[in-house]
Amino acid sequence: MSVTQDELAQHFDDRPFLKRLNWFDWVWALLTLVGSGFAYSKYNSLMDGYEIGILFGSAIALIGWGWSWKAVRGYSLAVALISLFAIWQYGDDLARGEQAFFLKYLVSSQSAIMWMSALYVLATVTYFIHTFSRSEFVGKVASSMTWVATVMGLVGLMVRWRESYLISHDVGHIPVSNLYEVFILFAVITALLYLYYEGKYRTRAMGGFVLLVISAAVGFLLWYTFDRGAHEIAPLVPALQSYWMKIHVPANFIGYGAFALAAMVGVAHLLRSGQEKKGKEGFWVKALPPIEMLDDVMYKSIALGFAFFTVATILGALWAAEAWGGYWSWDPKETWALIVWLNYAAWLHMRLTKGWRGTPMAWWAIVGLFVTLFAFLGVNMFLSGLHSYGEL
Amino acid sequence: MYLAISLLVTVAIASVVGTVLQQNEPYQNYIIKFGPFWHEVFLTLGLYDVYSAGWFLFILTFLVVSTSVCIYRNAPTMVRDMNHFRLDMQADRMRLMKHHLEVETHDPANAEQTIRQLLRRKGYRLRSRDSEGQRVIAAKKGALNRLGYLFTHLAIVIICVGGLVDGNIALKLKELSGQIQPETRDIPASEVPEISWLPKENPSFRGNVNVPEGGSASLVFLQLRDGYLVQPLPFRIALKDFRVEHYESGQPKSFESDLVVFDETEAEPLEATIAVNHPLIYKGHAIYQASFQDGGSLLDINAWSLNYETVEQQQFATAVFQNMEVETSRGKLTLEVDDFRLFNINPAEEGSGKRFQNYGPNFKFKLRNAQGEAREYENYMTPVKLEGRWFYLSGMRSQVSDPFFYLHIPADPNQSLDRFMNFNALLRNEPEIRKVAEQATAETFVAMGVSDDKMRAEVIDTMARLVNLFATDGFNGIVSHVETHVPEERRMQVMDAYMKVLRNVLSAAYAEVLTREGVDLSADVSEQDAVFYDDAINAMASLPAYGSPFFLQLKNFEHVQASGLQIAKAPGKGVVYFGFFLICAGVFMMFYIHPRRIWVMFNPNNDRTTVLLAGSGDRNLREFEQDFERLKQQIARDLKQP
Ligand code: HEM
Repeated sequence: MSVTQDELAQHFDDRPFLKRLNWFDWVWALLTLVGSGFAYSKYNSLMDGYEIGILFGSAIALIGWGWSWKAVRGYSLAVALISLFAIWQYGDDLARGEQAFFLKYLVSSQSAIMWMSALYVLATVTYFIHTFSRSEFVGKVASSMTWVATVMGLVGLMVRWRESYLISHDVGHIPVSNLYEVFILFAVITALLYLYYEGKYRTRAMGGFVLLVISAAVGFLLWYTFDRGAHEIAPLVPALQSYWMKIHVPANFIGYGAFALAAMVGVAHLLRSGQEKKGKEGFWVKALPPIEMLDDVMYKSIALGFAFFTVATILGALWAAEAWGGYWSWDPKETWALIVWLNYAAWLHMRLTKGWRGTPMAWWAIVGLFVTLFAFLGVNMFLSGLHSYGEL
Repeated sequence: MYLAISLLVTVAIASVVGTVLQQNEPYQNYIIKFGPFWHEVFLTLGLYDVYSAGWFLFILTFLVVSTSVCIYRNAPTMVRDMNHFRLDMQADRMRLMKHHLEVETHDPANAEQTIRQLLRRKGYRLRSRDSEGQRVIAAKKGALNRLGYLFTHLAIVIICVGGLVDGNIALKLKELSGQIQPETRDIPASEVPEISWLPKENPSFRGNVNVPEGGSASLVFLQLRDGYLVQPLPFRIALKDFRVEHYESGQPKSFESDLVVFDETEAEPLEATIAVNHPLIYKGHAIYQASFQDGGSLLDINAWSLNYETVEQQQFATAVFQNMEVETSRGKLTLEVDDFRLFNINPAEEGSGKRFQNYGPNFKFKLRNAQGEAREYENYMTPVKLEGRWFYLSGMRSQVSDPFFYLHIPADPNQSLDRFMNFNALLRNEPEIRKVAEQATAETFVAMGVSDDKMRAEVIDTMARLVNLFATDGFNGIVSHVETHVPEERRMQVMDAYMKVLRNVLSAAYAEVLTREGVDLSADVSEQDAVFYDDAINAMASLPAYGSPFFLQLKNFEHVQASGLQIAKAPGKGVVYFGFFLICAGVFMMFYIHPRRIWVMFNPNNDRTTVLLAGSGDRNLREFEQDFERLKQQIARDLKQP
């Protein structure tokens, strides 16, 4: 397995962790703390113990995240600044979304999400151009596009959150409450996961493949917006008015995102291993990273997805215990979550206990995505149950 | 091990069945869906209740057993492994490892020191051992990974066992042994036979009950396939008040019940409010806001007869879920009131600016005749504004599967039904209509300068007949009359003539109604009154199809709601939650703590020392290789210095 030089260099930095932090790390951490401190000073009258805990807990978690994955610092700053700008532009008048120039064309949730959609699709194309041309520059462009799209996506959600409160206080809610909103979440999370591995493994060759699912999600999103008007902010039905939703849904989508990523890497894996089997120095063999690396990425992201999916499913059970009168009701959505979980548990057993690698596991990862897709969409479309959101 | 994997997959596939096939529906639905043959097959396969079917539980149990066996087999070695440094490592075994390095040094002390430093800094724990001049340093890190494995699998077992406790297994066994039997008839709990009652001390159950405002319940019903069981509670729950709050868009915002729990063992009754997502936990029972419906609202009704010569009204009081006999022009009818709704949120009209419109209170009822045939109606209490005009709406359907067809009765300027009813009665009152006709003809004949009494009498007869036809059968009445009495070729023109005549007399009659109302007609008829006329005529034209001898107007109501409570007892919950905690901890430990081992062996031979370095870290090769690479380079660097 290949270990790149600067990876080693960074790894060889023998100073203790805190000593390795530079001034930007500290400034950024300070800003994060100041930000949450400000939020606290402004809203503590409205917060209970949990919420205060959650506020500072997540601030510290964010700092830790940014210190261990440097890109997060710039990303979170960008999202914060643009979102604040948009919120400031709104003031307390939702109508300004149509009047104020920046809102109308750039940072109202709707515009931001449109920008996200456009950029993801462009990035997909650009990544493939990079794969074919092997031009470093094109690769850099593709990455930046993806980064910007991901910023816009999260900004879109943040601003949408604010907009829901501008409609009226009792309508306001975190934007993870229907299929439209979680599709944006899905795109953003999958992109972030990908960008992490892109940085870690120093290769952009997988970008096109991963961005392909994101583009598919974007396609659905656009259809859902223009055909069904799903972007309308609707108030929450009583069943969804729960703290659990805030954590259950995002945790779930870390899982879905990671599984999707693994599947697309699986596709790349098949392309390369297919040509290798034929024994010829085919295009993909040259273009794509070595098989062990693809195997490794596949495993790592399924493991990550599995871990979060476990947590998400459990959070779901805890929520169900509060909303439906039982932590497990064999409701179709629950059951399919279990099916997905079992499927990946089996996958992981194969790898960890039987040491399976290569093509079969790649195929399995791809099949896994379809199982996941059904749990996430199919259930809402074809099966009836207790889950009260996202009927198509 | 393949067994475990295939088990995982099997359970996954088996679980699919229960999601594609609606579980625990009334058997009738299944028979309709699949036909009697397949119904039998599915039934015997337990596909209607997969997750408590024998075979499914068998697989689950198998899963649990194999996991337990796995734990039993691996746990001891793993635990030993965790705090065991394997100092007995042999040189040749080290040389067989994928990662190893062999170098020679003059200064073993220095090399050893740097190596130790480095390993410590990378978080390895070290032990060393000297035997016959040979020194072995064993370093390891990430031992907790194995604990993660144990946690994860232990959790699976714990969760399944806890779930089994809360699942309806005990109940299932009781049923198989014939100790209990679900009740399928729809009868009050007091009449349900002993065999369908569960013991008060039943450790775990999950049932539902509807409590009307002011009422109370001390038992719940457990759905069991095509029937139900009765579960008595150790306390009584009374519903003081039930509230539904709405967003201004009209969608429901919250459902809340104010409960009072009466418990002999307690001095004071407990008062609590529950809402969706906010259950009340009382002595191991969780009480949830599950649903709501009408609890028998009291209704004051005013029945306007629709086919009498004079406006007749009949008042009576009834209530939701109540049946009463009513005398009508069509003989005895049974009035069965099914439901009352305080809010009726419908999509608003185009261009109204709003997305939703509240049509206000309505009530649903059936009118059943002696033969038992019934039509279903849905009447709104107050006029609804549609296209700028106000209508009393009444929906009608003769099949429950059909959509309602709506009768739009225009409301008069003071929002009442009076004008319409007067108009309607007048048209059915032949003498009155003849008077109107005489007047109308008088005017027209004078206008035309004709004075032919015979002809005029005919015209009046025709007018009276047409009005009568219209009143009894709407426009169809006239059409069919023409078709039966007029030869083919003349129908068209006769029809035209009749329509003209009918319109004349109808508008004359309407004018009569207005004058009686005291509307001043010396000026032209007002826009509003003209529109009313058209709407009234349309309404009357559809009265025959409406098929009710009267229009029931809701005068007054006392809203009584019922709250649907779900009450569950799950003693296994704590156990399961502990399992949840274990599995979360376990999975993360398993994936993010990587076991790694490195051995360093110093073999002095005369003035030089060979340093043998080897290690393994299969769970996360990349990171391990980085550690190892680091060591190699460091050592290489040190050994360069002479
Ligand atoms: C329904 C859930 C599970 C069942 C029924 C199950 C069952 C088993 C069984 C029977 C074994 C074989 C032990 C042996 O005989 O050597 C095993 C091994 C293993 N399982 Fe699971 N397991 C489950 C969940 C998980 C999960 C969620 C993970 C995490 C990815 C996991 C990771 C492992 C690992 C790493 C081993 C190999 C341990 C070793 O190194 O020998 N298992 N599992």
